[in-house]
Amino acid sequence: MSIVLDKLRAQFPSDVVSTHSDFGDDTALVRRERIVEILAFLRDDPDLRFDFAMDLTGVDYLGEDPRFEVVYHLYSLEKKHRVRIKVRLHEEDPVIDTAVSVWPGINWYEREAWDMYGIVFRGHPNLKRILMYEAFEGHALRKDYPKARRQPTIGPEE
Amino acid sequence: MAEPFVIETRGEVLDLQAEPMRINIGPSHPATHATLRFHATLDGETILDLVPEFGYLHRCFEKESENATWTQVIPYTDRLNYVSPLMNNVGYAMAVEKLCGIEVPERCQYIRVIISEISRIIDHMVCIGTNMVDLGALTNFWYFWKPREEVYKLIEELCGQRLTTSYTRIGGAMADLPEGWTDRMLSVCRGVIPECIADVNALLTKNRIFIERTMGVGPISPKDAIALGFTGPCLRAAGVPFDLRKDQPYLVYDRFDFDIPIGEKGDTCDRYMVRMEEMRQSLRIIEQAIAGLPGGPVNVDDPRFTLPGKDQVYENIEALMNHFKFIMEGVQVPAGEVYSATEAANGELGFYIVSRGGGGPWKIKVRPPCFPLFQGIPHLVKGQMIADLVAVLGSVNIIAGELDR
Repeated sequence: MSIVLDKLRAQFPSDVVSTHSDFGDDTALVRRERIVEILAFLRDDPDLRFDFAMDLTGVDYLGEDPRFEVVYHLYSLEKKHRVRIKVRLHEEDPVIDTAVSVWPGINWYEREAWDMYGIVFRGHPNLKRILMYEAFEGHALRKDYPKARRQPTIGPEE
Repeated sequence: MAEPFVIETRGEVLDLQAEPMRINIGPSHPATHATLRFHATLDGETILDLVPEFGYLHRCFEKESENATWTQVIPYTDRLNYVSPLMNNVGYAMAVEKLCGIEVPERCQYIRVIISEISRIIDHMVCIGTNMVDLGALTNFWYFWKPREEVYKLIEELCGQRLTTSYTRIGGAMADLPEGWTDRMLSVCRGVIPECIADVNALLTKNRIFIERTMGVGPISPKDAIALGFTGPCLRAAGVPFDLRKDQPYLVYDRFDFDIPIGEKGDTCDRYMVRMEEMRQSLRIIEQAIAGLPGGPVNVDDPRFTLPGKDQVYENIEALMNHFKFIMEGVQVPAGEVYSATEAANGELGFYIVSRGGGGPWKIKVRPPCFPLFQGIPHLVKGQMIADLVAVLGSVNIIAGELDR
């Protein structure tokens, strides 16, 4: 087993739901309540040192419950290892704490996840649409958003 | 909608005792090169605040991918970083192959290294060339366009297209290298490119005007660059030797001898220097890769991933059926999720792929290297001159195609 997942499980026994290392990617599914603590631990622990938040995205598993998933991809410059942290969110309450305090660079990724999936990052300093315009209705990457749906393309309000 | 402007004067007295001026730059502005937009708040010529905005080139790459087969996604990847499309093809194919648990033949891995490195060279040429145009040095642009044209001719020979290459396939490549291609590549790498790099080097590197316009302009500390998620030349210019080709070697990069150049201050001059040296190092890799290029097939010998040959399709019914199902239903990829990263010209190009089995992806997320770089632009230019924004923007090399997807 990987040292990353072992340490994570030892530190947060009640928050780590499951782990796997399929295809060589260490992955942990965690509960959302202490996500900021978990991410800060991953960044600061001397054996882990995940100083890069490489990616954050949402995934829509329409038909499953919980429906949404937030996926973090972290990388450690010093240890040269990666980990994927996943959090499941219910459709009626897609809210998770923001990780901007841990990595400032994650700011726009969270905005994109909000824009595309409607996932709310609580405490985010500027949670607004990033790829689409403010008047856009719905969240384009949700599976129940029809690909062919048209909306008027309007510019930003001045 | 425009962001509300937050004017922070940090307790300082403003120049001219005037109110800060708010101006809009872009989205259609020659210095942005692409459809990027900024709201700038200026005190005279000093940038107090800068709010970047993008999305004008959003083409729903991820949404379209979810409705395509695995192979149909490849042409979409061309349009991510359209300056070095071959690298996107390689990155995507590697991600799907990781999910399928297949390893492409050695010859294909060498070919992928060669096309990735030549793409890195032309990408850096575009970046430096256009950056210098913005600073008024048009000649370098023309000097770099000549080798770029030679490379495009080679790419055209390779896959029939100059820009929208779609060269890789899941489990291999569209075709093997054309006859004599490696010799022509070598003659370009030996005869054309080094000369042009030397010319631009002679024009710029010790040029007083160039140094004054770039040195100390848009610097970043290693700590900030890491926190903001910078990768690629912009991170290395800040002094962090992070390069996936060395740190997590993929393909056959661990067999080649090359160096990772780093800068000190992370300013525009360092970014230029790092890119210039990376082009020379890429030439070294291409030389070694062509010297070591093994024979053999380019596609995996597995009917699940490789199209049957046309001679068989026209001759027997099994191959015809296989070909039909392959095209109509797509490559069958097992369920699972992977994240696969490659070192593209601008930094880490990652593909996060979720499959629930079947012929198409459930989800594809691209981690474009430009995304965190564009986010970091305000950090780079705050407190500097508005004219420096143009220099910094060019040196960071934002490609709207991959930024907006």
